Amino acid sequence: MANKPEENNVVDPGLDESIKKLTAEQIEQTVNRVLNQECSGRFKIFLDTCVHCGLCSEACHTYLSRDRDPRFAPVAKVKDTIWELVKRKGKVDGAFIKKMARIAFTECGACRRCSMYCPFGIDISYLILVVRRICNLLGVVPLYLQDTTNSHAATFNQMWVHQDEWIDTLQWQEDESQAEIPSARLPLEKEGAEVMYSVIAPEPKILAQLLGNINLIMRVAGIDWTMPASDGWDNSNMAMYSGDFEVMGRVERLHWDTAARLKVKKIVMGECGHAFRGAVYDGPRWLGWRQSPIPMVHAIEFYYDLLASGRIKIAKKFQEHVTVQDPCNTVRGRGLGEKLRYVINATCEHFTDMSPRFEHNYCCMAGGGTINCGPPWKRSRMLSNRIKAEQLEKTGAHIVVTPCHNCHSGIEDVIGFYKLGMHTKFISEILVEAMEIPADLKP
Amino acid sequence: MYEFARGPLIWIAFIVFICGSIYQVRKIALMAKKDKVVYPYLDLRSSVRSIVHWLMPYSTVNMRLRPAFSLLSGLFHICLLITPIFLTGHIISWEESWGISWWRLPESVTNVMTILVLLIGAFFFLRRIADPTVRYVTAASDFVVLAVVLSPFFTGLLAYYQVFNYETMITLHIWTGALWLMAIPFSRLKHMLFFPMTRAYMGSEFGFRGSKDW
Repeated sequence: MANKPEENNVVDPGLDESIKKLTAEQIEQTVNRVLNQECSGRFKIFLDTCVHCGLCSEACHTYLSRDRDPRFAPVAKVKDTIWELVKRKGKVDGAFIKKMARIAFTECGACRRCSMYCPFGIDISYLILVVRRICNLLGVVPLYLQDTTNSHAATFNQMWVHQDEWIDTLQWQEDESQAEIPSARLPLEKEGAEVMYSVIAPEPKILAQLLGNINLIMRVAGIDWTMPASDGWDNSNMAMYSGDFEVMGRVERLHWDTAARLKVKKIVMGECGHAFRGAVYDGPRWLGWRQSPIPMVHAIEFYYDLLASGRIKIAKKFQEHVTVQDPCNTVRGRGLGEKLRYVINATCEHFTDMSPRFEHNYCCMAGGGTINCGPPWKRSRMLSNRIKAEQLEKTGAHIVVTPCHNCHSGIEDVIGFYKLGMHTKFISEILVEAMEIPADLKP
Repeated sequence: MYEFARGPLIWIAFIVFICGSIYQVRKIALMAKKDKVVYPYLDLRSSVRSIVHWLMPYSTVNMRLRPAFSLLSGLFHICLLITPIFLTGHIISWEESWGISWWRLPESVTNVMTILVLLIGAFFFLRRIADPTVRYVTAASDFVVLAVVLSPFFTGLLAYYQVFNYETMITLHIWTGALWLMAIPFSRLKHMLFFPMTRAYMGSEFGFRGSKDW
């Protein structure tokens, strides 16, 4: 079989340079430690139960987009990584680790669609994360992704945002939103508020207008809310995807501690998928909790509650033709497909659904840490998601509503690469346009 | 050969099968405890929902996407498991050894079921060679396992139709059948034992998240 294009022409020092520092002994010890001590029942049962039937292949957007190249089937990704490690008892070389890292970090988004197609429900996403764990412990991680993990370790947020920059940005957006609603406030450090709102670092860094949006939404809905001024405001968690579970745990712990410090009743978070997964599932599990200490409500569910209860009314529906993306971590990962469509139908006049949809919708190929692997891997991601372009085109819509930052960026990339002429929008962008602002709140 | 096969070997086969299966299931169940995130989330309702959907024809999206394959696989497994239990020849053997008997399927039916197992088995074999995706992840052991599973049916059919020497054929049949039973806990055939466990896990994982894994 010809080499995959990525094997020939992608340069990533996070992989290329890191493997040069590895010794055979180090590799063998690390692999065996992870497989024999960190892994246990799940690892063994999944490997023993897989009958090599290949039914998982048709689940995977990468397999379908790459014209059914056998090497992109989920089981093939496990074969090319884990089966080799087990067969050779960890006696593999740096070149193999690099290949493993490429497969695990850039060819799989850990979206879990394959587990719905496997007759046994094997958790292939878990197996891929085991591979990432090994790569992380060996220091072989795509450079850009490792940078976000480093940022988490140093600043507790994904994008090296300093505390003064954070506060400044919030106060700037509060100012901006007051042009629309003079009494809109963004209460910082309000102890005993009902809701703590948390966001991912890209919001203050490059999408600050979303913070302005939430100011308006909270004011109209009359929510008693706050945001922390300290570190622990970022609910994103790239360490979860780079395999650095120790940093993942620290970040999540601080996030929950911050909510506890502010004595809030629940956390409402912005439109991000992996952040929800990290905060509500992966983080707590690493920390030894069965579930999160207080409820965490994803933006989709929050907006649904506001609209269904009438706390926010719609003045004029968004007029453009829209479709919707089902982010894996909020639909497969939280069953919010119906509530999402309720929100879309309440705020948009002309909605065409995607097919397949709900839990069976395809991954955006940006989540799972893949887009965070940065520019070297963008083309690879695009080649792995032609199926998403085909799916989008069939809807005939002009706007894709993407209630997840990764989906938002990933689908924007797909739209650009495949020249679909569409645009992506967050729910909040549509909601602030469509919602009714009571007369007494207007300037 | 025949005497050994008809007596002690069947004892050995069943003991190895039953004890081996208990051993494997128990071992995995204990290992899952060490995996701390399995038991706290296992939920009976989600597990049963998942298992039932994946056993009922065409109730999962994957089955509907591949109706022909699902039909063949379903038929294969049903015939595989039902035939040995309700085969007249087997029931007679149980009666001779232990004086117990139960309802039997007519031989015309079990003949058809046996032939189905062999034909669909042949299809599985061809699939492993012809489909590039399956071929990529196929190893020699996959062919060996298939051969182990099909041999008792093949030799049983030949014995029934008295092709070649009957006593040779029936001895071969018992040996291959014993081999099949003993292979279940110690080869990939243990997917039979682990199916409800992995299904319960994934069903619970999705159920805990308020979504469906079929």
